[in-house]
Amino acid sequence: MALLEVKNLEVSFETPDGVVQAVNGMSFTLDQGETLAIVGESGAGKSQMVLAFMGLLAENGSVRGEALFHGNDLLKMKPRGLNGIRGKQIAMIFQDPMTSLNPFLTIEKQMAEVVMHHQGLRREEAKAHAVEMLRAVRIPDPEERIKQYPHEYSGGMRQRVMIAIGLLCEPELLIADEPSTALDVTVQAQITELVSELRKQTRMSLMLITHDLAAVAEVADRIIVMYAGEAVETGGVDDIFYRPQHPYTRGLLASVPRLDRASDDELQAIPGNPPNLQELPEGCRFRDRCTEAMEQCRKRPPLWVSDDGRSSRCFLPMEGGRTLQNATEPEHDE
Amino acid sequence: MSKPALRVQDLAVTFTSFTGGVLKQRERLLRAVDGISFELNPGETLGIVGESGSGKSTLARAILGLVKPSRGRVLWHGEDLTALDEEELRQKRKELQIVFQDPIASLNPRMTAGDIIAEPLWTFYPNMARLQVEERTRGMMKVVGLLPNQINRYPHEFSGGQCQRIGIARSLVLNPRLLVCDEPVSALDVSIQAQIINLLKDLQKKLGLALIFIAHDLSVVRHISDRVMVMYMGQAMEVSDKQRLYRRPLHPYTNALMKSVPVPDPKLAKEARQASWLTGDMPSPYQRPKGCIFHDRCPFLVKRCEADVPALRRMENGDWVACHRAEELDLSIEAAASG
Repeated sequence: MALLEVKNLEVSFETPDGVVQAVNGMSFTLDQGETLAIVGESGAGKSQMVLAFMGLLAENGSVRGEALFHGNDLLKMKPRGLNGIRGKQIAMIFQDPMTSLNPFLTIEKQMAEVVMHHQGLRREEAKAHAVEMLRAVRIPDPEERIKQYPHEYSGGMRQRVMIAIGLLCEPELLIADEPSTALDVTVQAQITELVSELRKQTRMSLMLITHDLAAVAEVADRIIVMYAGEAVETGGVDDIFYRPQHPYTRGLLASVPRLDRASDDELQAIPGNPPNLQELPEGCRFRDRCTEAMEQCRKRPPLWVSDDGRSSRCFLPMEGGRTLQNATEPEHDE
Repeated sequence: MSKPALRVQDLAVTFTSFTGGVLKQRERLLRAVDGISFELNPGETLGIVGESGSGKSTLARAILGLVKPSRGRVLWHGEDLTALDEEELRQKRKELQIVFQDPIASLNPRMTAGDIIAEPLWTFYPNMARLQVEERTRGMMKVVGLLPNQINRYPHEFSGGQCQRIGIARSLVLNPRLLVCDEPVSALDVSIQAQIINLLKDLQKKLGLALIFIAHDLSVVRHISDRVMVMYMGQAMEVSDKQRLYRRPLHPYTNALMKSVPVPDPKLAKEARQASWLTGDMPSPYQRPKGCIFHDRCPFLVKRCEADVPALRRMENGDWVACHRAEELDLSIEAAASG
């Protein structure tokens, strides 16, 4: 059984200008030990989707659908039940390590708190465990550094601390929302390396949320590409990078500046801008930026699926795929 | 070769901070920019790359006179900008303009796109006719790829990429001859980054601008630069011709930066990881390492690096490097295709 199964997740927000649908009918599964990357530009809905099933949506947000963790629907759980899971079975790391740590508390206090709360350890045990975790994320001299405050750590070190906190209770699922975006490139590389090593050592599942396809090439098993609140393509990491199907995925790949290729004079950009969620084009949401748009793209594109778990939402046929009949697929546009 | 438009000579910026409370107050000096020199020709693009804290933004501000340098000169067509008084410097801003990193924060949310773009015209040409200002503003919007009928919209009605186009239009409306872009794309989505880089490259060619393009990532400056300067803790580690730099970096730090760029290819990424080796973080700017400033993170460290500061020196091929071992190290990038 899948560790996490998300079915038809919809997230919308009440705003003064009307209802904004941020996530539209997302369905996917995540197996034990698997690393799933969710890739999309700002406004794609990738973070809101996760916040929704973690029960962390803003007050004006509402969620529909199912998010089954070990078969139990997270969306139906009371706050008390969720609190028993969050931080323990599912841990989350956010983008900005500075604002996620409490500047007034030592690292020891912030780390010990977690295990004392969830595992009922005594302070001394909790501290020993925390030191162990800091060592695992390769903070030098952890016995001394655990006494320090966040401002005494560099950005990369703080993110290591966040990862260590996430790992304290040995979660079954670690969700990392843009964990290295706020860091320098050399430090980003170190964090990626750390994550990929930790993944090998534990049987933890990992969900990586990022806007940068290149950043997950090394660590992801499977990738979901999101655009304007929807999954446009899903596939194994090699499928997405070597045999991308959806024009948006291809555009994203082409726009990454690469050092290992000759530098043509022009970088390939995706024309236009990400759509305003309140003024979505009819039919395919990527239509007005797509280089292969056709007349029929004004209608909602079909979802192609294959037996090996690939999918693509486009009128262009997917290699080795078949279209899902509308009967089995809920209709979203009016 | 034409005469350089911009000559920066031994430029340094120092910030002072105080620690230790009221009674035991101590002064601490932070050398943000520490003796940078370079030349820039008309129509040429210099990329400046470094991690946060390397001093690249402070350098940009010092060149434009937005922070006061503690040492050194900035010669703009032979005239020393650091010797000008405020009003003279203000007049020079017609020729020297800047584009900032955060496209949304750097635009006034209460002004329309048109007003934002036209503001420099009002400031410098208060007598210009309204119609003429509007015509020029609409023209500028077209140049940067905005629709002239968006002239009365406010910044929040535009996406990040479009806001950056507004920022670029504003910086170009006075017909400057030098444009400094301080991380103009790092706040943008990947697919939009490429649009803005292509736009800047285009404009630079069309308008013959001298361009300084700052980024924290070597892959971003590659497509736009003629030469690239790599900075570390306020100092230049290497200033090289683009073609040579990406084929064979001279400085170990440049090499480390190149290897940190993620490769959008699962197989190559795994191979590249095995070849990467930079450890640790940048040291505190208050505790600058003795000798070579990079020595405590350098895998090619020898005794000499801990004691002697390597000067930035000119190599036979005209590139500049600050490393004792530049001649003997071969840091060629095999996978990189030629420029």
